[in-house]
Order: sequence, then C-alpha cells, then structure tokens
Amino acid sequence: MSPDDRIEVPADVLQFTDVSVTFATDDASPVGPAVDGVTLALRRGEIFGIVGESGSGKSTLANAVMGLLPGTATVTGSILVNGREVVGQDDAQLRSMRGDEVSMIFQDASASLDPTWPVGDQIAETIRAHRLIDRREAKARATALMTEVGIPDAADRYGDAPHRLSGGQRQRIVIAAALANDPQLLIADEPTTALDVTIQAQVLELIDRLRTVHGTTVLLISHDLGVIAQVCDRVGVMYGGVLLEVATARELFRAPKHPYTRALLAANPAGAPRGTRLPVIPAAWSIESLSEAELLAQAKEAER
Amino acid sequence: MSVQTQLERVAPITTPRARRRSSTRFLLGGGALLGVLAILAIAAPLLAPHDPEAVVVREVLGAPSFDHPFGSDVLGRDVLSRVLYGLRVSLLVSVSAVLVSTIIAVPLGLLAGYFGRWVDTTISRTLDMILVLPAMLLAITFIAILGPGSAVAALAIAVIYLPILARVMRSSTLIVTRNEFVVGARARGAGHLRVIVSHVAPNAMGPVIVQASVLSAFALQLEAGLSFLGLGTQPPTPSLGGMLSDGRDVLVQAPWVEIFPGLAIVVAVLAFTFLGEGLRRAFDPKGVAE
Amino acid sequence: MTSRLAFVARRVLLTIPVLFVMSIVVFLIIRLVPGDPVRTMLGFRATDANVAEVRHQLGLDQDILTQYLNWAGALFRGDLGSDIVSHAPLSELLAQRLPVTFELTGLAIVLAVAIGVPLGIRAATGGRWVKRLTEGFVVFGISIPDFWLGIMLVLLFTGTLAILPPSGYVPFADDPVNNLRYMILPVLTLAVGEAAYILRTTRSALTGVLDRPFITFLRAKGLSTRRIVSGHALRNAAPAIVTVIGIQIGVLLGGAIIIETLFALPGVGRLVVTAITQRNYPAVQAGVLAIAVTFIVVSLITDILVGALDPRVSDGKST
Repeated sequence: MSPDDRIEVPADVLQFTDVSVTFATDDASPVGPAVDGVTLALRRGEIFGIVGESGSGKSTLANAVMGLLPGTATVTGSILVNGREVVGQDDAQLRSMRGDEVSMIFQDASASLDPTWPVGDQIAETIRAHRLIDRREAKARATALMTEVGIPDAADRYGDAPHRLSGGQRQRIVIAAALANDPQLLIADEPTTALDVTIQAQVLELIDRLRTVHGTTVLLISHDLGVIAQVCDRVGVMYGGVLLEVATARELFRAPKHPYTRALLAANPAGAPRGTRLPVIPAAWSIESLSEAELLAQAKEAER
Repeated sequence: MSVQTQLERVAPITTPRARRRSSTRFLLGGGALLGVLAILAIAAPLLAPHDPEAVVVREVLGAPSFDHPFGSDVLGRDVLSRVLYGLRVSLLVSVSAVLVSTIIAVPLGLLAGYFGRWVDTTISRTLDMILVLPAMLLAITFIAILGPGSAVAALAIAVIYLPILARVMRSSTLIVTRNEFVVGARARGAGHLRVIVSHVAPNAMGPVIVQASVLSAFALQLEAGLSFLGLGTQPPTPSLGGMLSDGRDVLVQAPWVEIFPGLAIVVAVLAFTFLGEGLRRAFDPKGVAE
Repeated sequence: MTSRLAFVARRVLLTIPVLFVMSIVVFLIIRLVPGDPVRTMLGFRATDANVAEVRHQLGLDQDILTQYLNWAGALFRGDLGSDIVSHAPLSELLAQRLPVTFELTGLAIVLAVAIGVPLGIRAATGGRWVKRLTEGFVVFGISIPDFWLGIMLVLLFTGTLAILPPSGYVPFADDPVNNLRYMILPVLTLAVGEAAYILRTTRSALTGVLDRPFITFLRAKGLSTRRIVSGHALRNAAPAIVTVIGIQIGVLLGGAIIIETLFALPGVGRLVVTAITQRNYPAVQAGVLAIAVTFIVVSLITDILVGALDPRVSDGKST
C-alpha cells in the first residue's frame, strides 16, 4: 500500500447510509424490515448509545456491522468502517476485520466464553488470530490485559476455567479479549444487562476508562436509559427498525424532541416521584398492541 | 464454504407448522409400514402359500420361482411362508417384551419422579443394577439360567429395557411435576394418588411412548440375534434369526435363504424407527427420550 | 489438580459396589438354575455319586454365604474353577480367548471412531447433501442387524469377490497377515453400526455447541470457522462423544458374542454361547465375568476421560 492510497484521516469510524435489514422466513409471509433506512455516523472517540425496546432492531444493526447476521438476513445500504465498505464483503475479509479493527461484546459474558478453555488463552487467541506473535508473547500481553481490566493476580488466574470466576470478572475477561488488538471501534450489545447493579456501574466505568486511554470509539446498545445516561456522549433512539432521533445525551434527557422518546423517558422508574404509580409507555407505542404494519406507519409518520 | 452455512444459521427458523408436517410424515410412514407388517404377521396362516414346517426333499435349496417367490431352504421348506411366520414370532416377542417392560416402568418412574428423595433413590439405584452388564450379555445370562426359548428371550428383553424406560418416565415426571397445574392441584387439596393419576401421568406419558417405540426396534434385533445363536425361539418354530442361522452354510449357493429373512428384520426395524421418530417430533419436543 | 485427583479417586471407589453387584449376578448364575443344576449339567446318565462329587467340587453343598465367600476368595486368587467339559482351568481358557475378543472389539471401536467422528463433523457443518448422505448412513447403520450385515459381507467378499476367508482364526503372533485377513470382515461388521451411533452423537453434540453464544463471540474475535470447529466446538462436544463411545463399547462387547459365533472366532463370546448350549455353567460364569469386568473398566476409563475433558465435571459443578 503506497501512502497515496491512504484515505486522508477518515473522519468517521463508522458510517451507516440508508441501512436496511430484512429476514427471510420459511412461510413466505411478508415481514417488515428489522432495520429500516438507518443513516448515522459515529465520531472518533465518542461513546454512542443506541436505546430502544427489544425488537427495535438495535442489535440487528450492530450485528450487521460485524457481518454476524444469520444467513436468512439481507442487508442493503452501506456500512463504512474506517471508510471501508462492509456490506457484501466475503467472510475472509470480514474475519480479518473482526476482533482487530472492530470488536463486539455481548450481553451474557458467562455464555460468551468457551467453558473448556482457560480464560487467559481466550484473550491470547484473539491476538494470535490477527498478529504473528509467539505463544509466550501472546500470553504476556493477555496477562497484562487482564491486569488492565482489573483482574487481581492476573498471572495466577490466567489458567482458570471461566466457571471459577465471578460474573463481573468474566465480563472483564470478555472486554479484555475484545480489546486485545486495540480496535478502533467497540460494539457493546447490552454489556451489563446480565450483571448486578453495582458490578454494572464498574463495567461501564471500565469501558469509559478504556475508551479514554485507547481512544476507542464505542457503540453501546442498551434498553436501559440509566446505562445510556451514565456513559454516552450521544444517543440514538430506535423504534420498529427506524432511528427516530439522534441527540447528545444531555439534550435528549433535557429536551427530547420525539414523542416516543418522551414516552420512553417518562417510563423511567428512576424519574418517577415517590408514591406515584410507575409511568409506562403509552399503549399506542407498545409493540404488543400494534400490528407490524401499523407500527411502521406510526414510526415513519413520527419521523416526518 | 459449507461449514459457513451452519455457523450463519444462528437461529434455526422452523415454524411449529413445519415441525408438525415432518412429524406427520414419519408417523404415517412408520405407522403404515408397521400396519402392513402386523397384518402380514397376524394373517400369516391365511397368506402363507405353504406349510412353513413342511419338509419337501425335491425342493431343497430351490431358487425363487412362481411357486416359491423367496425360494426354499435346506430342508425344502418355503422361505416366504417361513418369513411370514417368523415375523409373527419376532413381532410378538419384541412387542410383548417392550409392552410388559413399559407397564412396569411407568409406575416406577412416576413414583421416583413424583416423590423424589428416598423413593427415587431406592427405585433408581435398584434399576441401575440392571445396567451393570451390557444388554446382550444380560440377555445371555438370563438364558444361561432359565434355558433357551422365546418366552425367556422376551423376559430378558423386558428386564433389560426396564431401567431405560423407567428413567425416561422419571425425567418427564420431574418436568411435569414442576408445572403450575400440578402445584395448583396439590394446593387445592387433591391427594397424591389423584394428582399422579389425573394430572401427572397423562402429561408425562409422551416421552416413554416414544422410547418404547424406539426400543421395539432394538428388541426386534436382539430377539433375532438370540434366535440366531440358537438361544431364542427354538426350532422347528420358524424365526427370522433362526432362519439366518440355518442358511449360513449354504449362503453362497442359495443366498435367498439369508437375504429375505434379513430384509424382513430390516423393514420391521425401520418401521419402528420411523414411528419412534414421528412420535418423538410430535410428543417429545424437549427430547427426554434417549 | 488435587480436585482432579479426588474426582478420579471418587470414581474409582464407585466401581466397588458395581463390581460387587456384578459378582453376585455371576455367582447366582449356576445357583438360580431351576431344579438341580448339577444334574442338568451332567445329564441323566450321571450316577448319584458322580453328581454328589461335582456338587462338592463346586461347593454347592454348603450354605449360600459360605459359598459366596469361598467363590469370591478363589476369584481374588485368580481361580475361576475348571471347565466341566474339558476339565481345563478356566483362567487359562480365558487367557487364550480374551485376546481374540479384545482384538475384535478394539479394532472395531477404532474403525468406528475413525469413520463416525469425521463424518459427524461433516454432518454438523456441511451442506444439505452432506447432511442427507450422513443421515442415510445413520439409518442404515442403526437398522441393519449386525449379524445380517456380516452375512451379507461374507456373501460379497467370499462369495462374489472371493478375496477374503468366510470365517476362521489364527493368532496374531503366529501369522499377523492372515490374522488380520480373518479379522477384516468381523471388525467391519461390528464397526458399521457403532460408527452410525458415533456419527449421530458427534453431529448432535457439535450442532448443539455451534448454536451456543460463545461461538458467536469467537466469530466476533475474528477466528476462522475451521479454528472455531477444531479448537473450540469439538473440545466442547468431546465429553458427550467420549461418553457415547464408552457406552458403545459395552454394546460392542455384546455384539461380539454374535459376531464371534458367526465368524468362528475363538473369543470369550463364543465360549459363553457354546457353554450355554452344553450347560457348562462354570464356563458361562467365567465368560460373563470376563466381559462384565471389561465393560466396567471401560466405563471407569470413559468417565475419568470425560472428567479430564470438561473442567466443570471434575470441579463437581455439573453432572
């Protein structure tokens, strides 16, 4: 690669342009797209939160970046990672990107680790999958990462099987494995949902700290407004596959523009005055009460 | 590339309707096949063209012909007639063995699964003792003690499958017992016996029926194997395993003597296997049966 | 590491009651025979004095507890009594016959694993046609009685092709080449059915593992599919596969009884069948004992292996 080929400081780490995802089903009944025309750009070094209820398409969007959608999914539009197109890439190209340029962590860390492998080796293998370094070096680097994510006595714990660690520690191992190659983008899909509240805060702090130290851009997906409020710089609200509103976290929480966002914020139990009934998302916005078509129409209308 | 397809199939998209359709296909196929075999076996005296035990010297090792579609054996007996009668014995022995085993295993599994604790421990550990020996060896041990014969073979098969059937019944009882309607029935003051008979048993039977069907296929092979060794059904009564043993020395001159009885076993085993697979898809989606 | 040792020790101790139950079953074989076992054994021409002598020889004239203790004591010294027909010590007879059975079942399980595991991996990861073909092999292998498959193989290889002997045996030490020639058909016969079971287990265990979330994380880490299957999925599926191989060795030992008779191999299985027809009870006991002990030892090794493969089992975290 000659220096001229290099794109001059790609401004955005991740850029979605009119991205839609549809799933084929075997009984041919038409189902609306799971992600519908999302356009969005992430700035270098920010933590961008995507908030939405389950079924809003936020996880599908994240998996589309990694090329981890099932074979039944069709992705249209353009997803640029550091200016390089992801949509339509073959598996070998995607593989060299995954775990290196872009990493992803998932909801349940206990389920994300191979139960039969020592935890340290699961970090080291990410490095060895992308770098030509020997076993000993990878091990040293993995141990250092374990220390960095806050595992005490990392060298001693290196050989432990996952079930010997606590849930919070396992999530730290997963984060260490994801960050092993200093990715420019980390996608965290509900990273703290399976954890206790106190450990949740610690893991979020860890992600925030690592972002600051390594300059990693983070796409944080959550249904939990508390989590979003705690660490995100900007927030996107998704509903029925559509990205309804993008704003800085501060703006969004102070002056939500979209009626759905207002309903979502109002339904946050933390904001409810003591002794009153807990607020809920109005029935008109509840996914259960609407047919797929109605839901989309409503979301589209609101968008305009 | 092909490896990729599996990995990309993160969630298998099978609708309940598709599952029902595939289970119906197996149920119909297996059931129809088994029905035909059962009719052939029951009506053997009417259908058999010849007396299965009639020795006809000039017909010895006759090739398949219009009069003897499956040929004739070492003693000039009609192979088709013997296959029909042999099927009768094989099905009778294996089905009755599994039936008896199921009838004993169901209450044992129900008790173990419903009451748990020492009841479970006693029943399970006692039945485990049967599994100390491999199935075939246990059957042979029975025959060593009681002498050869179809009845002993059936008894041995029934005993061998008892722990398997009881274990399946126990597991499905455990699952059903945790259900709300059972807890609810107890809370409304229903007695144990009533709860077991009217709530637990009917809902826990699925997997054990599946298992019984699958085991019938194995029982059939086991019975044929024992008869082949001369330890099961005794001559002159025709049995599929016994016919295979009789024709071994003339295999190359008269392969029909060996081919047709063997095919009959394979078809019967397939019938039970398909039926079991259909039943499994319909009644045991969780895969409790082994 | 100490927990590993404790796990092995616990599992070894567990075989003691199993061996005890098994010994009682074998002990009772002769004693449960309806009527007078000695009379049955010797036939109706035997004189009363003769019957009394053999009864005394077998210790059947003592009370049952003494009988068991004497019998078990002799067993520990390696004394299995002597054959009623040939009068040879049964321990010598077993020493001749066990190697034949071990060779047959050992080769068969190796062949079955060599066919079943790779095909199972292909079945779990392959396309539609691979899945259909392997499923066909499974149904074929499970539904065909092994002895009939053996007969059909004889028909093909000695009848039509005339390249292999139909039956017989020479010890490996005397003539290795012919020993293996005699072993080909029996081993193949036994292995096909077992391979089908091992294929099916490998396929379902691997399919189950490939659906688990940690596989997605491995893909997200950028690992190749080959690496995920060989390094992680197989490793996780291994305990289930090894367990079934252990169980199938039991089935194989049972199958060997028929196959040894079919191919005239002088193994323990054939010993037992012949002894039953001759009402040679001490020989039946010795044969059943030898096969049962083999089976128990194999189960023990299998369980220890499974414990070594899955750290959660040896830590006692799951069953």
